Amino acid sequence: MNLISHAFMEVILEPWPWYISGPLIAIIMFVLIYFGKTFGMSSNLRTLCAIGGAGKSVKFFDFDWKAQRWNLTVVLGAIIGGFIAHFYLSVPTTIDLNPETVKTLGTLGFENAGQSLLPAELYSWDAVFSIKGLAILIIGGFLVGFGTRYAGGCTSGHAITGLSSLQLPSLIAVIGFFLGGLIMIHLLFPLIFG
Amino acid sequence: MKYLKFLFVGIIFGIVLVKSEAVSWYRIYEMFKFESFHMYGIIGTAVITGILLLLLSKKFKNIEGEFMTVPKKAKGLPRYIIGGTIFGLGWALSGACPGPMYILVGTGAFSVIVVIAAALLGTFVYGIIKDKLPH
Repeated sequence: MNLISHAFMEVILEPWPWYISGPLIAIIMFVLIYFGKTFGMSSNLRTLCAIGGAGKSVKFFDFDWKAQRWNLTVVLGAIIGGFIAHFYLSVPTTIDLNPETVKTLGTLGFENAGQSLLPAELYSWDAVFSIKGLAILIIGGFLVGFGTRYAGGCTSGHAITGLSSLQLPSLIAVIGFFLGGLIMIHLLFPLIFG
Repeated sequence: MKYLKFLFVGIIFGIVLVKSEAVSWYRIYEMFKFESFHMYGIIGTAVITGILLLLLSKKFKNIEGEFMTVPKKAKGLPRYIIGGTIFGLGWALSGACPGPMYILVGTGAFSVIVVIAAALLGTFVYGIIKDKLPH
């Protein structure tokens, strides 16, 4: 028994394969629908704007945000989950990236690719307090926040929930996600980091 | 008490996204370079499982005693393709979409708060100019 639980813990501590993680994400979506809600993380950005008082000047934020408290609770849980997974359910591992990817990132100035979740070149405090680094994070975040609300959803709402329920608008949105991502990585990255 | 179940779902969500490395900037970059199957595997199996679960659930009722439904997205084209592209540009640059943003804070990456603040600003600006945009 002890041996089995030991082996189980070792499997948990390793990175989880895609064929375990993908179905688990679908189950999370399904459980939220079973609870009479939906799986949509970007809605929380609108809710937080409303809580901050944006509804006084902009009609889009003038809604009963208290009805969204359940979703903010999911966010709180997600933060706790991130903490638990990172500090208690992981052993230090290098992300198993394609060696080609690591090489290309090297030419763009990203060293130690995969040795942490986020590149120090963008997310270390040194980077955050440089003008270029700060600009990248602000522009990136702004585009995510603006784009997701314009498109009416993000990866959870469109790519997972929308595609799972076979909705055409979500397929179009996901095509847009990839269009934008490909433009950024293949056309703009060499200009920004080259 | 009624919020406890949502807290639990959120915790599992955070754990799965960290353990699958989907919260990693590098995994997003690699995906858009088509140099790994990992992210396609995650999204692909999530969608296939999701389709099956939603098909099976059609005859079943949710916790509130109503038939399970998924909110329908409004019709339209420009908002999805333009909005989606803008989102994709930001996703690839910051490596974080609206779920992972929060989860990363839990992993101790507090500089992600800058991205969250900027995303709030982006959402706010959309709210201001939304009536002038094609939808």
